[in-house]
Amino acid sequence: MTLSAFVGGIGVLGPGLANWEAAAEVLIGRVAYSPARTVLHVPTLLPSAERRRTGRVVKLALAVALEATSRAGANSAQLASVFSSSGGDGDNCHELCQALALEGREISPTKFANSVHNAAAGYWSIATGSKLESSVLCAFDASFCAGLLEAMTYVNVEGESVLLVTYDTEYPEPIHAKRPIPDAFGTALVLTPCRTPTSLARIELTLDEAAHDTLADPQLEAMRQAIPAARCLPLLRQMALGAPGRIVLEYLDVSRVALQVEPCI
Amino acid sequence: MKPLLLESFTASSCIGLGLGPTLASLLAQRSGLKRCDFETVKIDTHIGEVAGVDDVRLPGELARFDCRNNRLAELALRQDGFLDAARSAVARWGRKRIGVFIGTSTAGILQTELAYRERDLVTGALPAAFEYGATHNSFSVADYLRQRLQLEGPAVAVSCACASSAKVFSSARRMIEAGLIDAALVGGVDSLCLTTLYGFHSLQLSSTAPCRPFDLTRDGISIGEAAAFALLERPPPSLDADDILLTGIGESSDAYHMSAPHPEGHGARRAMQAALVAADLDPGSIDYINLHGTGTPSNDRSESHAVTSVFGPTTPSSSTKGATGHTLGAAGALEAVISAIGLQSGLMPGGVHTTQIDPTLTTFYIRENRRSPMTRVLSNSFGFGGTNCSLIFTRAQ
Repeated sequence: MTLSAFVGGIGVLGPGLANWEAAAEVLIGRVAYSPARTVLHVPTLLPSAERRRTGRVVKLALAVALEATSRAGANSAQLASVFSSSGGDGDNCHELCQALALEGREISPTKFANSVHNAAAGYWSIATGSKLESSVLCAFDASFCAGLLEAMTYVNVEGESVLLVTYDTEYPEPIHAKRPIPDAFGTALVLTPCRTPTSLARIELTLDEAAHDTLADPQLEAMRQAIPAARCLPLLRQMALGAPGRIVLEYLDVSRVALQVEPCI
Repeated sequence: MKPLLLESFTASSCIGLGLGPTLASLLAQRSGLKRCDFETVKIDTHIGEVAGVDDVRLPGELARFDCRNNRLAELALRQDGFLDAARSAVARWGRKRIGVFIGTSTAGILQTELAYRERDLVTGALPAAFEYGATHNSFSVADYLRQRLQLEGPAVAVSCACASSAKVFSSARRMIEAGLIDAALVGGVDSLCLTTLYGFHSLQLSSTAPCRPFDLTRDGISIGEAAAFALLERPPPSLDADDILLTGIGESSDAYHMSAPHPEGHGARRAMQAALVAADLDPGSIDYINLHGTGTPSNDRSESHAVTSVFGPTTPSSSTKGATGHTLGAAGALEAVISAIGLQSGLMPGGVHTTQIDPTLTTFYIRENRRSPMTRVLSNSFGFGGTNCSLIFTRAQ
C-alpha cells in the first residue's frame, strides 16, 4: 500500500540549523556544518498574555510550523495539523516533579495546564485561529515517522492538506541523564494532496524493513541518532538535493518508512 | 465514513473490572468514587481508584515496563477474553497488519514523581532503577501493549489531554481506510498520579465532594483511572444484531484557551456536527448522548450550549463521570465502551450524584436509568488545549 502527497513548505530549526534554507545548504554539503546551540525566539504569533507562558517546546514547534506554512503560502487557519513529539516540555515537567517532591506540593496552575502533550498544538490553534482537527502523537524514538504516517493517511483519506510538526527539546537534569536528548530540534512540513505552485516534491510512502539511511557527515549523523525528530534528516537532505531518490527512515524496531522523492521542477 | 466493527471490547474502571461488573454498576447506579486516600496525597477530594492495580504483575520479559499505568493496562487486558480476541485478530490478519493506537494523558509519570523523592542527596541523580522510556514516556503504554500482544504494525500514543482516547478511533480509522492495516487495537489508559490530582486542585477544578455533572451546585471534577480497549476492523458481510459499529467521528479545535472551553461551546458543536455528517445522520436519529460532563461549572455550561444547539432540548443525555470519575486520557475509550454496552443492553445510564439539575442548562439531562432499545449513541470527549472529539456508535440490529 502506497500513500502519496506533495511537500509544499518546510520549516527546520535545530543545533546549527537556523531555518530550511540554511539547513538545505548544510545537508547537501554546500556549506560546512557548524555546531551551535539551537536558538529559540519568543513566538510573536501569540497574544502577549499567552506568549509569557510558553516554554521551549512551544517556541520550537511554533517557529517551524510558521516557517513551513509561510513557505507553502498556506492559510494556517484552514489547515488540519499533526503534532508529534517524543516527549513534552522537559523544563515544565521537571519543575512539576520537583514541586511534587517537596512537602507543600504547591504547583503552578499554568505549569500544570502547559504540561499536556498537546500544549504546542493548543497554542498553535490559538495563534492561527485554526479550528480544524489536530492529532497529537508520541512514539518515543519513532515519533517523526509516526507523525508522518498520521499526516500521510490524513492527506490520502480526507483528501485535504495537513501541517505536520515534529519537535523535541532536551530535559534538564536529573531526567536528562535518563533521556539524554542534547538540544532542541524541530521540523514542519505542509503536505497537500495536489501539486501547488509552492510544491517542492512529491513523496510516496511505504512501510518497509530495508536498511535505513544515515548521513555521511558525522555531526549530522550524531544529531539524527540523538534527537528523535532529527530522524527526518535523510528525507530533508533528499529534498534539498532536488533530485529523485528513495530514502529509508528508521521507525519502530525493524520497521522502516521508505519514501520515494520526486522533485517538482 | 465507512463504518468499522468493534470486534471485541473491554473496560476496567472504579465501577468494575470488565463488562459484566461495569454493566451491573451502571444498572444499580453505583458510583465507584471514594474519599481520596491515594498514595501520600493530602487533598480533600474524591477519586475513582481501580481495585487491585498494585497486585498486578507484568510478564517477566516486560518487567522494565512496570508502573501503575501499565499494570492497569495489563489488568484490563485480562478481562472479557480480550487477550484471546487479540490473538484471534493476529491469526486473522497477521501481526504486521494490526496497528496500536492508545490514548493517555500522563502515562506512567507517577514513576517519575516517586523517583524525584529518591534523588541522590549529593548528585541529585534519579535512582538507577528508574526507567524513563518504559514508564514515564507517553508511548510507554502503547509500547507495552504492542509487545504484550506481539503486534508489529504501526503503533502510537495519542496524547491530547482528555480527548486522547476518543481521537485514537480517528487515527486508527484513517489508517485502516488508507489500507496500511486491517485491524487496530484502540483504547485509553490513564492512572492516578500526583500531577493530575495536585494539578486540577491548583486550577481549582476538582470538587471536594463526588463530582455531580450538570448539578446546580457542581463545583469540579473527581479524578478517576481506567483502561479500556477495542479491536476495530472492517465489518464482515453479515453482522449479529448486537454487534456495535463505529459510524461517525467528528473532530475540531477551539482556538480559544488552553484550559477553558469556548463559553458557547463552538468547538464542541463543530465536533458533534462533523460526526453527524460523517455518519450521514440527522440529529434526531441519536437516541442518547454520553456527555463529556466533567462537573466543572464552565465545562458543563459550554457543552450544554453546544448539545442544545445541535440536538435541541429533547435528546436524553447524561455523564457517567459521577460513577467513574473523570478518567482523563482514558475517558474517551471508557465512555465508548459504556456507549457500546448501553446499546447492547438498551440502557441509558442516569447520571449519579446529580440531585438538582441546573435549570440554566437546557440539555435534557437524565438522572434515572432509562431502559429502551437504542440504535445510535453519540459520545463526547473534550480536552485542554481546546481539542474536541465526538464519536457515534450504532447497534447493527
